[in-house]
Amino acid sequence: MSSVQIGINFAYIISAIMFIIGLKMLSSPATARRGNLLSALGMLLAIVVTLFAQGLDYKWIVLGVVIGSVIGLITAYKVAMTSMPEMVALFNGFGGLSSLLVAWAEYYQYPDMSIFIATVAALSVFIGGVTFSGSMVAFGKLNGSIPSKAVIFKGQHLINAAFLLIIIVATGLFAVDAAATYWVFLVIVVIALAFGVTSVIPIGGADMPVVISLLNSYSGLAACAAGFVISNNILIVAGALVGASGIILTKIMCKAMNRSLANVLFSGFGSTTHAAGGDGPQGEIKPASAEDVYYILEAADSVAFVPGYGLAVAQAQHVTKELGDLLEANGTEVMYAIHPVAGRMPGHMNVLLAEANVPYDQLVEMDDINPRMDSIDVCVVIGANDVVNPAAIQDENSPIYGMPIIETFRAKTVIVLKRSMNPGFAGIQNALFFAENTRMYFGDAKASLQALVAEFKSGN
Amino acid sequence: MEAVFLSFVFMLTIFLGFELISKVPSTLHTPLMSGSNAISGITLIGALATLKTEHTNFAIILGTLAVIFATINVVGGYAVTNRMLEMFKKKDKGGAK
Repeated sequence: MSSVQIGINFAYIISAIMFIIGLKMLSSPATARRGNLLSALGMLLAIVVTLFAQGLDYKWIVLGVVIGSVIGLITAYKVAMTSMPEMVALFNGFGGLSSLLVAWAEYYQYPDMSIFIATVAALSVFIGGVTFSGSMVAFGKLNGSIPSKAVIFKGQHLINAAFLLIIIVATGLFAVDAAATYWVFLVIVVIALAFGVTSVIPIGGADMPVVISLLNSYSGLAACAAGFVISNNILIVAGALVGASGIILTKIMCKAMNRSLANVLFSGFGSTTHAAGGDGPQGEIKPASAEDVYYILEAADSVAFVPGYGLAVAQAQHVTKELGDLLEANGTEVMYAIHPVAGRMPGHMNVLLAEANVPYDQLVEMDDINPRMDSIDVCVVIGANDVVNPAAIQDENSPIYGMPIIETFRAKTVIVLKRSMNPGFAGIQNALFFAENTRMYFGDAKASLQALVAEFKSGN
Repeated sequence: MEAVFLSFVFMLTIFLGFELISKVPSTLHTPLMSGSNAISGITLIGALATLKTEHTNFAIILGTLAVIFATINVVGGYAVTNRMLEMFKKKDKGGAK
């Protein structure tokens, strides 16, 4: 190792420390922003010192970095907060693709790989490829260009199993004699990309929080594998940190749905209408007008808003906050109760409400709101369905039985804002809508809330 | 021997990662994800290292593409995370945009 290389590697240690402390700081709202900046600084340091290595061709580096930075900055600042899940999926996919390309470029330049290096190169290509194509499918599902419901086709598990088998055999062949098996390498590339598609396409929209966390983890592991290929510690450390954090998030999301990871990945949940059929809970629904809802809210001492994906679709976060402010001015205690899997990615609702300037100490987690639910006067459910379905507690035959929910049905009054009576993602009718203490307030969430705001303004 | 050494680093970091991030409030799940996503763009370091002066045309194409995509991941990821975190405010400071 030359002294330049040793210097570079020492700088990588400092970068690694900055990543670790940065991630640590990201776990508390008060320090999160500084944590992110620290981690960005660590990245900058790693990039700058890498440029001191000998024999680099700077003109291509500058070209790539400039193009990438411009695209990255423009998209990061233009994207609407409601589209954040797509954005994360897209960036994630690019990271995976880059790891695939790094392994390819390395192999192309030094095809004479040892068994170990060839194996990790194949892994890097495989994980990177799956991350890329899987993220692109997730991206398409999230922005609506691919149907977001689970797509199930015949022999799906067989095809996936066959793909995996091919990957294992191909990796073996490639590892034994990398230099002579370029075609095997290409097979791995193609199968990895195909596998990403076939493994994500059967997963439905509401399971996206799990998929995105998992793909996030993969992108880290892909970087990690690329690190093994080029024997670079900083790639391994940073990649492993991301891999671990993604796995933890995935676990949290699965737990919030009371399902195993295997069940999310392979069951195609919500793809068919098998669930509960048509004979779900029936009864009389009690529709309410804006004026009725206004009188209920006006008299309430405590109101909990329970947002779901419908809030994001209707872009209703700002008007929700406006209504919340009016209620507070009216002397009502206002809080926002958020289910961990509400929306399309972990923490989706929190970001939207933060965008609307809701202070984070008013955002209440499921486990904190449920114990005091009996004392809450009004729950306003905005575009959420399965996460407030009492069947998860009461009906042992329900497909979502056992999933932790926000127990709105125990509040004194529940107001459900909903477009129509269509069942939610899981295809399950919701007994909450028929409950004695529930009023249905039909219409587009944003327009409905605006009508309430208008009522409050004219009433005061 | 180097393979063993690198695997050690990998194994220890995975455990460190689990310890580090096991308790994140759900408020911060999205920023944590997009922030760690930006870190996974570290593969940019690998991409830079593949762009050497003695090279063939195809290697340049692969390397430059890798640099472009990794940079989008890094720059976009950090920028969007920062934009999100700017919005998280406590009540006493909140209100003013």
